[in-house]
Amino acid sequence: MQSFTVHTGLVAPLERENVDTDQIIPKQFLKRTERTGYGECLFFDWRFDAAGRPNPAFPLNALQYTGASILLTGKNFGCGSSREHAVWALRDYGFRAVIAPSFADIFSSNCVKNGLLTVALKPEEINTLMARASADRLNLKVDLEKCEVSTADGFTAKFTVEPFRRMCLLEGMDEIGMTLKHDAEISAYERMQRV
Amino acid sequence: MPARTLFEKIWDNHTVCAGPEGSTILYIDLHLVHEVTSPQAFEGLRIAERKVRRTDRTFATLDHNIPTIGNRMVIDDPLARGQVEALRHNCREFGVPLFDLEAPEQGIVHVIGPELGLTQPGATIVCGDSHTSTHGAFGALAFGIGTSEVEHVLATQCLILKKAKTMQVNFTGHLSPGITSKDVILALIAQIGTDGATGHVIEYSGDAIRALSMEARMTICNMSIEAGARAGMIAADQTTFNYLRGRRYAPKAWGEAEAHWKTLHSDPGAKFDTTIEIDATRIAPFVTWGTNPGMAAPVTGVVPDPDRAANESERNGIRRALEYMDLRPGMRLEEIPVDRVFIGSCTNARLEDLRAAAQVIKGYKISKGIQAMVVPGSQQVKRAAEQEGLHTIFRDAGFEWREAGCSMCLGMNADRLQPGERCASTSNRNFEGRQGAGGRTHLMSPAMAAAAAVSGHFVDIRKWQYKT
Repeated sequence: MQSFTVHTGLVAPLERENVDTDQIIPKQFLKRTERTGYGECLFFDWRFDAAGRPNPAFPLNALQYTGASILLTGKNFGCGSSREHAVWALRDYGFRAVIAPSFADIFSSNCVKNGLLTVALKPEEINTLMARASADRLNLKVDLEKCEVSTADGFTAKFTVEPFRRMCLLEGMDEIGMTLKHDAEISAYERMQRV
Repeated sequence: MPARTLFEKIWDNHTVCAGPEGSTILYIDLHLVHEVTSPQAFEGLRIAERKVRRTDRTFATLDHNIPTIGNRMVIDDPLARGQVEALRHNCREFGVPLFDLEAPEQGIVHVIGPELGLTQPGATIVCGDSHTSTHGAFGALAFGIGTSEVEHVLATQCLILKKAKTMQVNFTGHLSPGITSKDVILALIAQIGTDGATGHVIEYSGDAIRALSMEARMTICNMSIEAGARAGMIAADQTTFNYLRGRRYAPKAWGEAEAHWKTLHSDPGAKFDTTIEIDATRIAPFVTWGTNPGMAAPVTGVVPDPDRAANESERNGIRRALEYMDLRPGMRLEEIPVDRVFIGSCTNARLEDLRAAAQVIKGYKISKGIQAMVVPGSQQVKRAAEQEGLHTIFRDAGFEWREAGCSMCLGMNADRLQPGERCASTSNRNFEGRQGAGGRTHLMSPAMAAAAAVSGHFVDIRKWQYKT
């Protein structure tokens, strides 16, 4: 898994709350058996109209956000279905980090497995960044080692990441390999519990 | 030993060892699998040359992507067919039991688990599906996981997790006549919001909960995820034991199992991180009006006015929802007309749900112009319903009677709404496009959906004239 240490990139603002995973990746795209190729389906029903043309009102379609690698959005991002395809779509599209006041549990767990960093900032900080990203091209540096988001002109905001998740992201950890190192303890548990 | 909550007891009982940085390696008793979230997981195992550690604790079925009508062994959609074939192939190769389409046990994964007695008190249960919380109704710790974690469990029968916080939701008093567990959970989500329980495992308690049947409890636990909860649980009691006794995978050493299960409740004095008290007597029949399960109100109410929202973000959210749903502020919910009715899903497609809907429908015909269908949660539910003649009641009224599957809950198969169609649905999500791009979903109980089918619009079920 690709690790995450420090990333600097362009911010795309999506000023909506409670964006659910059905919006991030609609169900018709879950029929695939691969982990790749979901980027073109990201936010499909919002990005494209019924005829398949890009919807000019949708932020990600605006020229000024081309090449964005940081998504800035509202609270409870990623709620709803557990589909990890939502994370694959965000990564495939080019996002390396999502910044919001809060995230849904299953979604944020899925993010860790794919090297996508979720950064929870205070509402005031989100509002400041949202205004700046909407007005002009905004580049942010997201530093997982320092747990800090910053701009070149001096804006900084701290964030916390659960220690185990931070470790997984910094190291690009293979969690299955890590668990299998405890094979003896797993077997001991199975014997003891007679399971 | 200090007083522990039910969640803490199950967590402690399943701790294999500490993981790094404050995490826990937790053993998983039961892993349920379906066709949509597993292909990439099995492929990962294949690439890493790993086996499924416990094929005796892994059970698969087909539910999301499959037809509910016609010869189900012939699937038109090539992608769906490919995914279904992938699960068959993977189960064969890795030795995982599969309840295939022709199996009498086939059905929605969260319906068949309990039916077969696989779901048991005190167990840790996972599946690549967020409504895995359903199984918490048995006093199990059951939660949804993504495909990477599906692969992890297949390979190790464990997960590396951080312990969640706990929330107690206590319902005092008893439900009034006509009020169902679907109304209970919709009322809770309306109160605390779709992120009200994020980071928490909810334990439901109180007289109103104890009085519920197992199927009714499953509805509440099922939709716990819609409040953002990690899991939802109801401690096991005699109702639970009576449900489980004699089921295929229920413990053979029954006395020993039951004695252990009786210890699986929160100790008196156990501390929860958050506690909420709700007066069950005041819960009314609920319907959703918006585009998330929290946008709901008693059916006797009206569509809200965005200008009265607490803040700008909420105002924008409501405005957006009303535009998508084509509703105007102040509209009486009972006036909202419907085009389609869907009685199905892992939330409300068990036998009691079908009985409740049939009781409402009996002697009536569905309103002109409405298309309505019943999709039983499993083939076992379907057979039981047919033995009681429920299918005849539905068909006589004008409903389609289908085969078991997730169907129009999420419209991955051919059962979906057309743009602009408004549906009274017993499912669990009313997100934009959930049941079909441009489709408008209103969530409610089976009896309420049945009444809407007959009336052509939402109805306060407490006023329904039953014909017997």
